[in-house]
Amino acid sequence: MAGTQYRGSEIKDVDQFINDAAGLETEREKEIGQHIGYRYDVNLVPDYNRITPFLAKYMEVMGWDDLNWLEDVHMGYEEGAAAVFDRNNNGWVRIPDSFELPDNQQDRDMIARELLIKFQMSDRHPLSTLRKAYMKF
Amino acid sequence: MASVTDAELKAMNQEERVTALGMRTEQLTGKSLYVEFDTEAADNFTYPWAPDVDFNKRTEVDCDGKTTTEVNRQIRELMAEGYGTIVLQNPRGMHSLGVGILSRLNLIIEGSTGYFAIGLIDGPNVRVTGRVGWSCAENMMAGTVVIEKNAGSTFGAAIRGGDLVCRGSVGSRTGIDQKGGTILVGGDTGALSGFMMQRGRMVVCGNAGKNLGDSMYDGTIYVGGDIKSLGVDAIKAELTDLDKAWLTRKLTQYGLMPDKGVDHFTKVVAGKQLWNYDNLEPNEKKLIL
Repeated sequence: MAGTQYRGSEIKDVDQFINDAAGLETEREKEIGQHIGYRYDVNLVPDYNRITPFLAKYMEVMGWDDLNWLEDVHMGYEEGAAAVFDRNNNGWVRIPDSFELPDNQQDRDMIARELLIKFQMSDRHPLSTLRKAYMKF
Repeated sequence: MASVTDAELKAMNQEERVTALGMRTEQLTGKSLYVEFDTEAADNFTYPWAPDVDFNKRTEVDCDGKTTTEVNRQIRELMAEGYGTIVLQNPRGMHSLGVGILSRLNLIIEGSTGYFAIGLIDGPNVRVTGRVGWSCAENMMAGTVVIEKNAGSTFGAAIRGGDLVCRGSVGSRTGIDQKGGTILVGGDTGALSGFMMQRGRMVVCGNAGKNLGDSMYDGTIYVGGDIKSLGVDAIKAELTDLDKAWLTRKLTQYGLMPDKGVDHFTKVVAGKQLWNYDNLEPNEKKLIL
């Protein structure tokens, strides 16, 4: 399970976008100097055999039978670094370089989901600052 | 962020709070903020400000004689008191009921709702025993919503995550601008369903109206019945074993599994002929530059 097939572009290797930050393959991409499409398989279905204890607990706390919105969360890559897109602050959040990444996308996705939840639920999240600034006391 | 206490913030007006929190002096460099995960972050499952509710603590609210604002405010007050299961009685087609719930909660609406019910939610599990009007669960972020009867048009408009289920049939433009999540329809869906879909999955157990998936950018639509016609750039694709496994799990989860299984479902995806990422064509750029 080194890589995944994705309609329109083939992800050959799980580290493809770490080793090749620009990711320009087609003539069109080279012409415009910009990668086209996601840098991960947005339609990759989670393998529930690989779920982490934290995510299992999260599902239980929320009263869900599956990962719910987290099914759409994947580990992606920004400028050659592993990162997760956080819809709550509309930007990428990077995985620290010191973090050892698993060798397959399914396990990476599970880690991405866990880190994203912990980040969103912490006081470090930009929404916490926005809330303090703009909420009506 | 400057170290300002909550008490000090409360004494300030909004402009002062924004300045004190460093939001006016923050340097924005590059194309996005550089934020890195803390791999040692604590195990929190809800937002820091979310009320601590108990699913076993249940109460009922009679909507009769109340305005939508009063009912929605009462839901928040009850959540602050720790109620994790709230039953709304006599909704009588009220609009915008149960919107903006951003935490875990079991919400049961006994009856039917009007427009924009349960919109902008992030986490609750909602069940509506009746019907819903236009734009139910629009901009839903997370959670589960189950409608026992039929739903109006633009069901799940711009949904971003979570499971939105209608056991009956829905109107036109279902999942318009869908950006994630799953929409399940037990019956039929109207014209232009999946219009400008960008991501996520839509499952229609019955028939789909004309122009299904028109101008869809990405995402997947599964239809169990007949498709009147496909929209621009929507194409049929092969139903894989992974699709079948996912369909079986999801439909079984909500009691919508057809007797004949899922092998007969048609899968529709984007043809990606409409993909354009730069504002100008390369040749036009050369002319200008």
